[in-house]
Amino acid sequence: MELTFYIAAAVAILSTVMVITRYNMIHALLYLVVSFLAVAVVFFTLGAPFMAALEVIIYAGAIVVLIIFVIMMLNMTQEDVQREKEWLQPATWVGPAILSAVLLAELVYIVVAADTPAAGAVVAVDAKFVGLALFGPYILGVQLSGILLTAGIVGAYHLGRQKKKVIHRFLQERSAAA
Amino acid sequence: MEAATPNYFLIIGGVLFVMLNVAAALIWVERRLLALFQDRYGPNRAGPLGLLIVAADSIKLFFKQDWIPPFADKPVFVLAPAIVVVTVLMSFVVIPFAPGIIVADLNIGLLFFLAMSSMGAYSIILGGWASNNKYSLLGAMRGAAQMISYEVFMGLALMGVVLLTGSFSLVDIVEAQRGLWFIIPQIVGFVIFFIAGIAETHRLPFDIPEAESELIAGFHSEYSGMKFGMFFIGEYMGITLISCMIATLYFGGWLGPEFLPPIVWFILKTAFFLMIFILLRASMPRPRYDQLMEFGWKVLLPLTLLNLVVTAGVVLWLNEN
Repeated sequence: MELTFYIAAAVAILSTVMVITRYNMIHALLYLVVSFLAVAVVFFTLGAPFMAALEVIIYAGAIVVLIIFVIMMLNMTQEDVQREKEWLQPATWVGPAILSAVLLAELVYIVVAADTPAAGAVVAVDAKFVGLALFGPYILGVQLSGILLTAGIVGAYHLGRQKKKVIHRFLQERSAAA
Repeated sequence: MEAATPNYFLIIGGVLFVMLNVAAALIWVERRLLALFQDRYGPNRAGPLGLLIVAADSIKLFFKQDWIPPFADKPVFVLAPAIVVVTVLMSFVVIPFAPGIIVADLNIGLLFFLAMSSMGAYSIILGGWASNNKYSLLGAMRGAAQMISYEVFMGLALMGVVLLTGSFSLVDIVEAQRGLWFIIPQIVGFVIFFIAGIAETHRLPFDIPEAESELIAGFHSEYSGMKFGMFFIGEYMGITLISCMIATLYFGGWLGPEFLPPIVWFILKTAFFLMIFILLRASMPRPRYDQLMEFGWKVLLPLTLLNLVVTAGVVLWLNEN
């Protein structure tokens, strides 16, 4: 089980790096899907099969599909890929990369230095446990995100609402003539 | 566990073999049944009852030129048809065909099925996008919108069954139906799941992503040879999967009177729903795209939520008494 965890974690990191370095957006998103799937496997090996399933259903299955949906409508061409290439010059990313590497080194040091409990103590988190946690101590968070989503839906409805148009072309001509 | 290993591989191999053959055999079943419904003969020349049409069709697909358009995005174009077959085959992992005949009885079985069916949407989207053709892109966009919306109702409709069982495991769900099949208490959930299942497999009347009369085959217009065959097989296995799920979730899976073995009951129930799928194709007109979306969000979603609330309330009330 430990080996599967490390393999999945390595796949997640690799595919996330690929997401950042791809010039073609759809290819980058494909790697993002792989990254989410790898994270789902990580969840599964850590004893949270319910979270693993939700990760695949919601993130890989719905959210990335929506992002791809939008990008398909943007009509990406070879020029856009070229422009992406120009934007990703070493001069732009070397500075932040060095700083992030310092932070990463610190994080690794903290993780290594701290006394973490042994990996053997994996407790299975099933759907019931998640439900009890969500509607127990975290009820406020659930309600707040519900309000946020409602606001989003109302906003989208307002933006997308239009006056009912006469769609049929013959009827339209007649009403224009009258 | 060690002793069970050869048996385990036998089950995996058996499921793969049977499913791929069912997908091929459905070519013949569909064409013969459509002919029957439309009062014609259908394919009846090659072999007994025209059964060899399957072999003829597969050989034709194998020997066709496998052409990748020069303007396509090659790696994605090749990847797309594989996704649909892989995701559908993976879903069969959690289906209990009979007691003991199941590849893996996951305790999140139902969620695994939903996850795999949501991954199936990528095949349409990527196939349509990588073809770099406006008809394909239109088909892919319709397909994406349709599959994302109908997944919502599909998942919520299934939750009624989960509430009654108290488990996501499909074996538990079948066992819970010993007294009463879930078709009786969950009739609304069944109807919604069935409609959503047709939309998920984009079969007629909801075959809007490929609508041949307006989109010249939609997302797979640029595909040829065995790559097209993969989409084809994926679709047939998709309807087999939905039929298996309906039989398992609402019609008691392998349960049935003693005089037939459990696996036969399961096959009979699944075959019945496969034929319903084909009959639907012969009898229903295709709705317009916006009508489909409106029907989903304005009719099915409220109904599903209502079904969920009522089921939860009844379960609570029964538990208190």
